[in-house]
Amino acid sequence: MSYQGKKNIPKITSDRLLIKGGRIVNDDQSFHADIYMEDGLIKQIGDNLIVPGGVKTIEANGKMVIPGGIDIHTHFQMPYRGTTTVDDFNQGSKAALAGGTTMIVDHVIPEPGTSLMEAYDQWRQWADEKTCCDYSLHVDITHWNDSVKQEVDNLIKEKGVNSFHVYMAYKDYYQMSNSELYEVFTFLAERGGIAQVHAENGEIIAEEQARMLQMGITGPEGHVLSRPEELEAEAVFRAITIASQTNCPLYVTRVMSKSAADIISQARKKGNVVFGEPITASLGTDGTHYWSKNWAKAASFVTSPPLSPDPTTPDYLNTLLSSGDLSVTGSAHCTFSVAQKAIGKDDFTQIPEGVNGVEERMALIWDKAVTTGKMDENMFVAVTSTNAAKILNLYPRKGRIAVGSDADLVIWDTDSIRTITAKTHNSAAEYNVFEGMELRGAPLVVICQGKIVLEDGNLHATSGVGRFIPCSPFPDFAYKRVKARKQLAVLRAVPRGMYDGPVSEFSMSRGGTPSASARTSPTKQPVRNLHQSGFSLAGNPAPCGPPTPDDVPIRPAGRRIVVPPGGRSNITSLS
Amino acid sequence: MQIPAPHANTKGIKFLLKSKVKTAFSCCSLNERLLIKGGRVVNDDQSFYADVYIEDGLIKQVGENLVVPGGVKVIEANGRMVIPGGIDVNTCLMKPFLGTQPVDDFLQGTKAAIAGGTTMIIDHVTPQPEDSLLEAFERWQEAADKKACCDYSLHVDIPQWNESVKYELELLVQEKGVNSFQVYMAYKDVYQMTDSQLYEAFSFLKQLGAVVLVHAENGDLIAQEQRKILGMGITGPEGHPLSRPEELEAEAVFRAITLGNRVNCPVYITKVMSKSAADTITQARRKGSVVFGEPITASLATDGSHYWSKNWAKAAAYVTSPPLSPDPTTPDHLHTLLACGDLQVVGSSHCAYSTSQKAVGKDDFTLIPEGTNGVEERMSFVWDKAVAMGKMDENQFVAVTSTNAAKIFNLYPRKGRIAVGSDADIVIWDPDSVKTITAKLQQSASEYNIFEGLECRGAPAMVLSQGRVVYEDGNLQTQQGTGRFIPRKPFPDYAYQRVKFRNQVKNKQGVTRGIYDGPVYDVIPTPKYITPAPSAKTSPTSHQPPPIRNLHQSNFSLSGAQIDDNVPRRSGHRIVAPPGGRSNITSLG
Repeated sequence: MSYQGKKNIPKITSDRLLIKGGRIVNDDQSFHADIYMEDGLIKQIGDNLIVPGGVKTIEANGKMVIPGGIDIHTHFQMPYRGTTTVDDFNQGSKAALAGGTTMIVDHVIPEPGTSLMEAYDQWRQWADEKTCCDYSLHVDITHWNDSVKQEVDNLIKEKGVNSFHVYMAYKDYYQMSNSELYEVFTFLAERGGIAQVHAENGEIIAEEQARMLQMGITGPEGHVLSRPEELEAEAVFRAITIASQTNCPLYVTRVMSKSAADIISQARKKGNVVFGEPITASLGTDGTHYWSKNWAKAASFVTSPPLSPDPTTPDYLNTLLSSGDLSVTGSAHCTFSVAQKAIGKDDFTQIPEGVNGVEERMALIWDKAVTTGKMDENMFVAVTSTNAAKILNLYPRKGRIAVGSDADLVIWDTDSIRTITAKTHNSAAEYNVFEGMELRGAPLVVICQGKIVLEDGNLHATSGVGRFIPCSPFPDFAYKRVKARKQLAVLRAVPRGMYDGPVSEFSMSRGGTPSASARTSPTKQPVRNLHQSGFSLAGNPAPCGPPTPDDVPIRPAGRRIVVPPGGRSNITSLS
Repeated sequence: MQIPAPHANTKGIKFLLKSKVKTAFSCCSLNERLLIKGGRVVNDDQSFYADVYIEDGLIKQVGENLVVPGGVKVIEANGRMVIPGGIDVNTCLMKPFLGTQPVDDFLQGTKAAIAGGTTMIIDHVTPQPEDSLLEAFERWQEAADKKACCDYSLHVDIPQWNESVKYELELLVQEKGVNSFQVYMAYKDVYQMTDSQLYEAFSFLKQLGAVVLVHAENGDLIAQEQRKILGMGITGPEGHPLSRPEELEAEAVFRAITLGNRVNCPVYITKVMSKSAADTITQARRKGSVVFGEPITASLATDGSHYWSKNWAKAAAYVTSPPLSPDPTTPDHLHTLLACGDLQVVGSSHCAYSTSQKAVGKDDFTLIPEGTNGVEERMSFVWDKAVAMGKMDENQFVAVTSTNAAKIFNLYPRKGRIAVGSDADIVIWDPDSVKTITAKLQQSASEYNIFEGLECRGAPAMVLSQGRVVYEDGNLQTQQGTGRFIPRKPFPDYAYQRVKFRNQVKNKQGVTRGIYDGPVYDVIPTPKYITPAPSAKTSPTSHQPPPIRNLHQSNFSLSGAQIDDNVPRRSGHRIVAPPGGRSNITSLG
């Protein structure tokens, strides 16, 4: 890939590193071993490794060595009405590295009506210029037609994208109808893509927003009032239904509420292939802040689906994450300055949506789930990196410490305690939604592409070293089951004798839609369909006249029974 | 009206003759006086031994040792159960299909109802899109007044949503005595409403105090599945359940309940056909939603395995929507939920089409007219499968077959209860009678009975409608046209009491804050960000750029009008710093 050509960083090839005395924690087991890295890859794992001289050695002193985090959901440098989010790929990936995340997956958001491929190229260009860690891309499908289909196909086959995001909210903009969702899911299931959904019922939200504004509620509290968690749960339920019909793996982005999480966990218990992604914000804070008297603070929490005002939500989501009912964590990091948020100062529907979280993600999960005893360290690795790598089909290159894997590692300090504040965070945003929160657990050393990028609290990130990591379709983690089900789910017709009993004649005199409509209806079809069939056993029903729709109005409105010349056969005899 | 099929015709004539002969013997004046002696009166709350005295079609006295005038006809109940007559909340006796009518009209259908112990039906008025609701309602009322043999009331289906419909709904509620309206989430491009329309319809009907009935199936997905299944070459009746899996029913039920919760409006799910739909209702009730579920005779007594029958006509007879679930444990599960109160009422959704009518869809299952029988079998099956199995007691039996329906639709206690002042719609129930269901012996005119061959315990021994004996020992003595339209008032307490309290509690208030006076980013509406489709739709979502004037039109004074407001802006962003500097309202940290 292009990274071979990007050797403008002279040290990368000669970077040899040895981590001594660490405890390696993968998602399946933990063990004590040394790790030797060369050329950005893990070359050896074990005790008493034989390594070349002059290798830089890091003493881990028995601390945990985990695969670098994968933040599966970011919005860096996202254009928004002529501006962009304040964290670009440089700033954002720096924040990621500072938090122990060595790979991000950003969302490409083409404007409805524009080319997916162009947007993808644009994002690639932005990211290649600036990212400090490896990245991958999801592409959002914001409209649906044949040319989009073609582009999706190309993206999967040639561009290394295997996950596509669709919206059930943002009425008249990104939102897709159920039929479109069905088609998208069907298409993705054939091509081996993952269908990601933004699950909220956009139609009801639109109604509720209008109602809130009418009631004079214009502040950020209107955001959460108009998007109650029920609407999230409803959409999740619907998305799961559609995915199950089309036999397509489903990935629900931003699980923000208990009820949405419950729906996912119920569906998983019924066997649906569905993955839920809670984000840093929903795992760490709640929606009570929307009622803050400080407008700017309240507005900084605005994201969709909104944070739930129920303060027990974070704890609950952490529990489901620990039990495996929710699979991966993202940050949905999408930061706007206060001035940008203030676009919506008189109308909450205009507030740009997004919260921070890329930097805090790993520490927050450690603090809320591992130190509280909900989750063990292996599960911690699973939800912060391994599962994401599996869904993206990057495993075991990413998400695992093994020989041959990329040398993206974190030495995790379980005892460090930090207080989160906007003054010291690496994001450019003025507000941090976790402000004042004390978190236990932090990365001590971060190694990205075999190079030390964080040591002793100092970040040595280099802009532009991040490589695009292509994802291939049909990830086993999602598709193995789907493939097996496809073979089982073949539907068969019942072989029957032809029905040769009487067929009621009908006229469209009264019951039919009076208006001449071009609609095609599954329940009512034009009359000719019946006569066009190549139906032979019952003989020609011609005695009733030439079967053209034109002659129908001539017939009396009453019904007529056509008795076939051969009489009734016993296939339809009444019993 | 349509001429019924020949065989139905002869049957009908025979019947008319028979009942005329009967009436010659038994005096049938309206002020007939009747005394039911020695029965056990079973209401939904209690059972007790008492005599019931009936005069002028009303229950005048309930108790022991009643003082009654002489010459009263006495019916000896001999300790048998005396229950309120059944109310069938869902029949379609005039639902047009491509210009034809079901074979059971109001006469045939109500006769079948009475033969099964049901003394009141609520029929669905099903206007076509673009039809006037009011005219359709009057057409139904006229037909029913001529033909119905028992009291009836009418639901009105809303085939589409627009302003004129609103006006008609108001009229129907306020002047015509209709308090329940059905909306459809299925039948794409015909009756189906979008979520926005449903939201508006729910909001509007709630203001009127009506009960919203929902046909819950996801029509968009059904249309897709139908296309797929026809494309696979499956054209027989098995395509019907294959294209309408129960998940789609459960999904729509969930969505309907969500809408009901948002609008704070009672929701009534018609035709609960599957376990998952019923479970969704159960869970919602646990969370406090005001939602009612109506399983029907078919879903309570049979299952969808028959769609795979080799006999096309038999398979087609089961076609109804939502379809019967192929899962054979469904009826049992639904009975359990009915017994514990998670489902409230039993309808029949009786809509009988002849085999020749069903055969319209012989080459394409999507054209098969939908509907099954069940008005006659309804009460017996609930008895047989729930009471006789020990799932349900007799009081709950009365509740689900009659009382709850009367409460939800605001007929209580006139209907659904044996009490002084209530209508004398009474059934003497024989729990021991055993019969085998067969199309040969049924009252309905359809050739197929989907319960064919099932043995069923429990049947009415005698049925009184409006204080007259209309069924006794297997003989019907009905009179065409005696059925009255029973108007219903809006805001039934059973559904609306909780809603009213929630209305008061749920008033939302904004936060009072100082005005934000920090910097504001200027939005430049570049053409790139405007939805390409020229749409007249208005969207309140955040991503659509507001016209630029919104920002400047605000009477926002602290930062003052900018001198360059009318100067075209460059595409970069501009921070407007207020002259007074930042106030601490927006201070960081």
